Amino acid sequence: MVSDVIIIGAGISGAAIARELSRYKLKVLLLEKEAEPAFGVSKSNSGIIHAGTQNPPSSLKGWLCVEGNRLICTQIASDLGLDFVQCGQLIVVFDLADLPELEKIKKEGEELGVKGLEIVDRAWLDKNEPNLGPEVKAALYVPSAGIISPYRFVYALVENAVKNGVRLLTSRRVTAIRRKETNGFEVVAGGEVFRARFIVNAAGLFADEISALAGAPTFKIVPRKGEEYLLDKKREHIANHIIFPLPSKTSKGVLIIKTSDGNPMIGPTAHDTLDKTDLSTTDEGLAEVLAGARRMIPSISAGDIIAYFSGLRPVAGKDFIIRHEAAAPGLVNVAGIQSPGLTSAPAIAVMVADILKAHGLKLDLKEEFHRLRPRPVHLFQVSPEETRQLIAKNPAYGDIVCRCELVSAAEIRDAIKHGARTLDGVKFRTRAQSGRCHGGFCTTRIMKIMREELGFPVTAITKRGPGSELIKDERQ
Amino acid sequence: MAAALAAREAGVRDVLLLERDQHLGGILNQCIHPGFGLHHFKTELTGPEYADRFARLVKEDSGIEVSLRSFAVKLTADRRLSYLRPGALEEVKARAVILATGCRERTREMIPIPGTRPAGVYPAGLAQKMVNMEGWIPGRQAVIVGSGDIGLIMARRLALEGVAVKAVIEIQKTSRGLVRNVVQCLEDFGIPLYFQHRVSMIYGRDRVEKVAVVKVGDDLKDIPGSGFEIPCDTVLVSVGLIPENELLEMAGAEIDRRTNTPVAKEVNLTSIPGVFACGNAFKVYDLADWVTRDSALAGKMAAQYLNGAAL
Repeated sequence: MVSDVIIIGAGISGAAIARELSRYKLKVLLLEKEAEPAFGVSKSNSGIIHAGTQNPPSSLKGWLCVEGNRLICTQIASDLGLDFVQCGQLIVVFDLADLPELEKIKKEGEELGVKGLEIVDRAWLDKNEPNLGPEVKAALYVPSAGIISPYRFVYALVENAVKNGVRLLTSRRVTAIRRKETNGFEVVAGGEVFRARFIVNAAGLFADEISALAGAPTFKIVPRKGEEYLLDKKREHIANHIIFPLPSKTSKGVLIIKTSDGNPMIGPTAHDTLDKTDLSTTDEGLAEVLAGARRMIPSISAGDIIAYFSGLRPVAGKDFIIRHEAAAPGLVNVAGIQSPGLTSAPAIAVMVADILKAHGLKLDLKEEFHRLRPRPVHLFQVSPEETRQLIAKNPAYGDIVCRCELVSAAEIRDAIKHGARTLDGVKFRTRAQSGRCHGGFCTTRIMKIMREELGFPVTAITKRGPGSELIKDERQ
Repeated sequence: MAAALAAREAGVRDVLLLERDQHLGGILNQCIHPGFGLHHFKTELTGPEYADRFARLVKEDSGIEVSLRSFAVKLTADRRLSYLRPGALEEVKARAVILATGCRERTREMIPIPGTRPAGVYPAGLAQKMVNMEGWIPGRQAVIVGSGDIGLIMARRLALEGVAVKAVIEIQKTSRGLVRNVVQCLEDFGIPLYFQHRVSMIYGRDRVEKVAVVKVGDDLKDIPGSGFEIPCDTVLVSVGLIPENELLEMAGAEIDRRTNTPVAKEVNLTSIPGVFACGNAFKVYDLADWVTRDSALAGKMAAQYLNGAAL
């Protein structure tokens, strides 16, 4: 099969680009090396929809972030049934001598078009963010920032893209790319050969390797590790905003992040590493994150932590790399998409479509584009009356599988019908296993439902793809 | 079940017994080892046998309505309870409520053990459920973190299934489990138990590949240079239980945040009149027999409350 465009990588960038291109009369193939979309960099994203502050006004990521924020707030969140909460953000200072720094962030944000920025004093903070510690002296209030579920954002984009004709193939690691003499490429992935006129490289941590395979070794990705720690849902109301300290040179610092599922999160650390697979957490990381978070909200304790993970930011210099590569005509790189990549993704997608058009791809709108994606049901979000209506339609909504997060058998089956193939895929879509018991009670039940729905033996059920099988043997 | 039966015996006419699983007995059903009933029945039973003795009595009693696969989602201080079951969201107003909701396991995340997050790290009770309820063998070489009773029982259980149990790692100087379990589950099977050690790292991207272990001093701090590694594909975590009192907390009862148990001046009581908590939800017991004894008392206390007697 020959495609117009092959997108390599089904993370947030690849997913947004796939959906954007699905508006047009094009054959688009989305290749993902992992078992499911969002299993790379996007999985560990903190879910913040940034306003656009803390980026230089001249930067690419600055304006893409502001535009991405606008697209998410005004169209995408409602079109795709996403839980987006515009809770706002505070950038706090511990020393009034740092106020000029806040003024600078405010001024640069305003240059980029960020609205509603306001420096607030301790009295304002006492009223609106009462758990802040005594060290906090003032803050910049950023009302347009918000939170979203990063993986459900990716799943929604991919589902909608597929609905509009994009072909998704998972477990297809790209191992070779051959440029043909006339034009276009042959991409070898998972032992199969795929042909296309254009390649969009959205391969996250591996974007440098993919670009080199295609003939453009023009940049290097350096992973920057971040450890994040999730707190119990009981601590949901510990903060009303996303809280940042004044940023340092390498990162935005240790934050207190509200999440769209209720559990507050603290983190991330920011340490460069050489290993693109190093997703370990460390004693030192935990100590650093706790100290950073407690400086802002002292009542946070180690006992509040119910989960933790590490993510790797794909860093390629200071700014995003989004460009056509003259060294490999037909290759568009979307690389170095670290923060604020999640927010920027819808704007990046539009930019990539424009680049493709400028290099000869014809963009004719389809007669019918399915803009809307129905919102998946989450029992923990609905009223008793709605719960009754759901149960009346499907009794399995009354059959609770995950007790900590209130997830029913109907929701698990629905997640599998929408593409979940692994235990983590079920977790990210439904929240089952992500509560305080960590799957202690529900894991076997979920595995049995997966066995039923997917029709493969329980020994083949994995946590996140081949190699991560959960059990070794099944006794008859 | 003990509370329901005792409440009936003390004169309560109408008892609704809600169970989220598809059968009565809770966690006893996966405890297929012996050691239950020595005090209560003066004979040694397995967990399922012990549960079955109560289940038979419950089923014979027409004054106890059993609702299986029923999951309580909400409790209020005036004892209105909502529960979900396949096909319905039910609401019931009770004159007295007894919470016998048991415990959940502390997890790897609560210690916390650093490292990667591969498949093969399980709470010991989940592994027990896999092996005993489903016939699923989680791995081939296991390391067990913590020497609580579930960890000890699972060390023997896995050994019997042909799994190489490489070590039990305990950070304290002594086991938190019963002496008989240390002897019968580890010593009899030649499984090494390392006191004053901790797992300092879990390795492996997709599946556990090995753990790092380090000796700790009396202050629980690592002793430099004492580290070593154990190759394994499975890590079972048995580091204690947390009483499940989220419903009680939702109803507004006072909860000790350190132990997650109700603040009460006497066994089985909570800060809400007419709402009782018993068994492992009230405090973590070491024997099911003592759970039965105190839960029966809870049933009696609820009956007295309904009769207006002073508590």
